Amino acid sequence: MKILVCISNVPDTTTKIRLAADGQSIDLAGVQWIINPWDELALSRAVELKEKYPAVVEKVTVINVGSKETEPVVRKALAIGADDAIRINTVPGDAYFVAGQLAAAIKDQAYDIILCGIESSDNNGCAVGAMLAEMLGIPSVSSVSFLDVAEGNICLNREIDGGYEKVQTSVPFVAIVQKGIAIEPKIATVRGIMAARTKPLQVFEPAGIDALTEVAAYELPEAKAKCKMIDAENIGELVDLLHNEAKVI
Amino acid sequence: MSVLVYIENWDGKFKKLSFELISYAQGIAKQMNTAVVALSIGNVAEEELKKAANYGASKVISVNDPGLNQLVNQAYASVISQVAVKEEAQVLVFAHNMAGKAVAPGVSVKLKAGLVSGAVALPSSTEPFVVKKKIYTGKAFAYVTIKSPVKIITLAQNSYGLAENPAEVYIESFTPQLADHDFATSVIESNKQTGKILLSDAEIVVSGGLGMKGPEFWGPIEELAGLLGGATACSRPVADQGWRPHYEHVGQTGKIIAPNVYFAFGISGAIQHLGGVSSSKIIVAVNKDKDAPIFESANYGVVGDVATVLPVLINLIKEVKGQ
Repeated sequence: MKILVCISNVPDTTTKIRLAADGQSIDLAGVQWIINPWDELALSRAVELKEKYPAVVEKVTVINVGSKETEPVVRKALAIGADDAIRINTVPGDAYFVAGQLAAAIKDQAYDIILCGIESSDNNGCAVGAMLAEMLGIPSVSSVSFLDVAEGNICLNREIDGGYEKVQTSVPFVAIVQKGIAIEPKIATVRGIMAARTKPLQVFEPAGIDALTEVAAYELPEAKAKCKMIDAENIGELVDLLHNEAKVI
Repeated sequence: MSVLVYIENWDGKFKKLSFELISYAQGIAKQMNTAVVALSIGNVAEEELKKAANYGASKVISVNDPGLNQLVNQAYASVISQVAVKEEAQVLVFAHNMAGKAVAPGVSVKLKAGLVSGAVALPSSTEPFVVKKKIYTGKAFAYVTIKSPVKIITLAQNSYGLAENPAEVYIESFTPQLADHDFATSVIESNKQTGKILLSDAEIVVSGGLGMKGPEFWGPIEELAGLLGGATACSRPVADQGWRPHYEHVGQTGKIIAPNVYFAFGISGAIQHLGGVSSSKIIVAVNKDKDAPIFESANYGVVGDVATVLPVLINLIKEVKGQ
């Protein structure tokens, strides 16, 4: 069984977002780049499955759509435990563009399970995984919070409102994963980091795909009004404010 | 021409969310001088379908196929695309929830229609077609232009509200063309809690962090949530340490919520946590550290120990509620 994990390169989630002077772009100077948190959980589970079932999981590959600058993040994925990597050499446009690049790159390769994080922490698009499945003509399962492949049997849970469902699917398929697939991301070991330097990283040239959307402008949220502080000895005032001012209780 | 809105049902019933979507679709239809068609998939009684008319849908299409009682991404995308073509939809509207995120991207590919996920307002213009959406989990907004002839939007919950707009409604049933490969996935077992208010539906959310000191101190959180008809939630470390179940985790990597009131007890307010709750209308924070970042995002704050503040708060709210 071959597992492919799609990873996106995003600013660290603690990044304070600033606009460039003209308001037409986000100022990314000095930003720390990381593997998108959900993709990192997907990768962590994929590597875990390979360690747990070496006879079942033959290989874990990561794929990224990004320019040369995203390579440190791809190497980090190799350090965490992916066996090899593909980088599609282009600046990612919208979800349709990214899914199209991924589909073009892997359509003739026999991956059994394709893992995508449910969203990226930068554009919050929540779309690449399901688009990719549709483009490849294979099924997708969304909100996957559990995946196991013991003895080659695929066990999948997806989260629904107030609970979860066990789902079965034909192979190959795309699992769109969320928290729960792994709890904590796997940390790269020193040995992993050393090994990552020599693991294969193929660079593919992009396919000719046009994005269907583009960003016209950016805006920051309005500053929130100052917090009204209430004395801990006077909780009655809080209740009064919630009841009469905010009218929420 | 039309604006097509997919309205999900829960055991045959619509929710406030469904009507918010129709209200939003009606707002777009007005801008574009066209009509709203609502699409329901699954077994929903005519009486329930008619409720769509209160918010402006002039036609409701009902697809009731037993194979579609469970969400199957491919099959749903196929049904919705077929209806969109039949109704000559220019704009399709979905909820930015589990089902919307699962299905809208597939429809986008089938119709080659640009998708904006997590929109927070009506299009700021329709020519070009520009929609405002959250990015960086609410730390910024982007105005996104959709360049394709057909447009798809998923609407962030509680970002538009309800707008009544009674219309004469026509209910039509539709039989889609589905193939076996549309049903390559199926549900083999369902485990669902019933009777509890879902975090995604709750108008009031009562949440606890590490400052609660341990799972054995969660009684007052649950009591307050019960008293206010709300749901309980928690911060990431609380869920990661197993004090509370993972589905209660709100924050960037957990659930993103937008209730009327969010109570944060003993939550310091890391930037990732705030990402999940910053769309709440009112945030009430109680924390013993006066410098906790949660106070920068809160509307009302109390510097104090949750263990002493919570019981007092509960008793006073009981008085207000006349209990």
